Amino acid sequence: MSELNDLYQEVILDHNKNPRNFREIESATNTADGNNPLCGDALRVYVEMEDDKVKDVAFKGSGCAISKASASMMTQAVKGKSKEDAEILFNEFHKMVTGELDAEADENSLGKLKIFAGVLEFPARVKCASLSWHTLHAALNEEETVSTE
Amino acid sequence: MSSFDVNKIREDFPVLSQTVNGKPLVYLDNGASSQVPNLVIERGSKYLAEEHSNIHRGVHYLSQNATTAYEAAREKVKRFINAKEAKECIFVRGCTEGCNLVAYSFGRKFINEGDEIILSQMEHHANIIPWQVVAEEKGAKIRVIPMNERGELILEEYENMLNERTKIVAITHVSNSLGTINPVKEMIATAHKFGVPVFIDGAQAIPHFPVDVQDLDADFYTFSGHKMFAPTGSGVLYGKKEWLDKLPPYQTGGGMIRTVTFEKTTYAPIPEKFEAGTPAIAANIGLGAAIDYLNSIDFEAAAAYEHELLEYATEKLSAIEGVRIIGTAKEKASVLSFTIENVHPHDIGTILDQQGIAVRAGHHCAQPVMQFFDVPATARASFAFYNTKEEVDKLVEAVQKVIEVFA
Ligand SMILES: Cc1ncc(COP(=O)(O)O)c(C=O)c1O
Repeated sequence: MSELNDLYQEVILDHNKNPRNFREIESATNTADGNNPLCGDALRVYVEMEDDKVKDVAFKGSGCAISKASASMMTQAVKGKSKEDAEILFNEFHKMVTGELDAEADENSLGKLKIFAGVLEFPARVKCASLSWHTLHAALNEEETVSTE
Repeated sequence: MSSFDVNKIREDFPVLSQTVNGKPLVYLDNGASSQVPNLVIERGSKYLAEEHSNIHRGVHYLSQNATTAYEAAREKVKRFINAKEAKECIFVRGCTEGCNLVAYSFGRKFINEGDEIILSQMEHHANIIPWQVVAEEKGAKIRVIPMNERGELILEEYENMLNERTKIVAITHVSNSLGTINPVKEMIATAHKFGVPVFIDGAQAIPHFPVDVQDLDADFYTFSGHKMFAPTGSGVLYGKKEWLDKLPPYQTGGGMIRTVTFEKTTYAPIPEKFEAGTPAIAANIGLGAAIDYLNSIDFEAAAAYEHELLEYATEKLSAIEGVRIIGTAKEKASVLSFTIENVHPHDIGTILDQQGIAVRAGHHCAQPVMQFFDVPATARASFAFYNTKEEVDKLVEAVQKVIEVFA
């Protein structure tokens, strides 16, 4: 089960069970919907921007453990960041889960998010991990929906 | 278990001896695509090695051999489903094309504004969307036969739905997401009382039990080869000759004409009328070989064995706390959809895969079914006659493991 443990680590299981910032934001300035039609994962990301800073960010929706944990950890990672820094994280995360960035060797600011490097071994699950990030990216750029297919 | 010798059967399917993630492959995704026996593989290679050429157009040796083999496959299909004539068996790319062909051709000619098309709640998207497109174009209406919580169609409602505006009934023989075997013979008889033809999606029926289209009195019946031990790209649309003769062609081009001028084209008779362009020759010859294979193994005994597997798996899985079986119809083919409390089906799928077990996780192209049962998706184990009781035990063990991981 070693490979499995790479994917379903304690942290991911915990965020799946108790997702952080799993709520709506009534005063959201930006929202976007993300869908993964293959899996039926569907979530909405809420962002409240203030002076180009992510003042608050949250999500609602349903999905697998990977997509939920990823969304949960994403909200923690980008809260308080500037739009630009959030976009840098989006890019790094995207590159990590598609194998373009080696989270251990290459310079990056992913921190705890490195845990998702494990999805590389599970090609069918890459979209689950990146759905919330694509949705955040869409929200920040005022696009309304994304679909990871 | 019955006297059916599954170990001997397994030797016919080379894929099954693989290991996946260091574990022996347990292939339980037969509802998506079933595996291919040596007989089919060898027939396909023989075609590619010795006969490959275009059919119906060459006067040369290879083309004649290929044409003979292709038409022999059609003859096998005819006997397999007991069609009256081989020309009633149109080769298509698969079930999806069969659905599109009938929706488009029948719809264009016979469906008009205000008409009604009857589908069921448990259809695969392939048997929903083509009809929706036709209905939208023609201003016709889709009516949906509802089901009960076991996943059985409510026949009284169906009967009440039929009327003089009904132009066609299009329903699945076996539900791919629930396993329900619908009483299509009875449903066809009911429709015929109103003079309404019936189209049957047989994708999930044909690999599981013998089908006799004349006994069913189906007007149209379609299925895919890749779900019945043949290659992808093969498939059949059966239609009664009197209907096929009346329908306009679906695709046009080479191979389906009698004469062509720029002013007017006259079409070839069936089956060519519906087989424009070069078809999947190797795949359909392979389909013929798959039928030879099924004829060689006592398909009825295989079906009975498979049913025992389904019952065994159902009993074992339903005994696990937190597991919910989706689809508990009295009459079921060996499709077992389930969910685990607080675990998304995709996580089930990934963890099972790590144990070498292939199942399908998702909405199974049947989103209305998911909506009915209020689940985003299910995990689905679907059995073929080459699966074993030991494999079911491994599935059960792995499901327990999933519950442990997520506890
Ligand atoms: C009931 C049913 N209908 C139609 C289809 C579509 O078949 P294909 O993808 O081979 O065209 C499937 C396959 O999943 C099915 O299960």
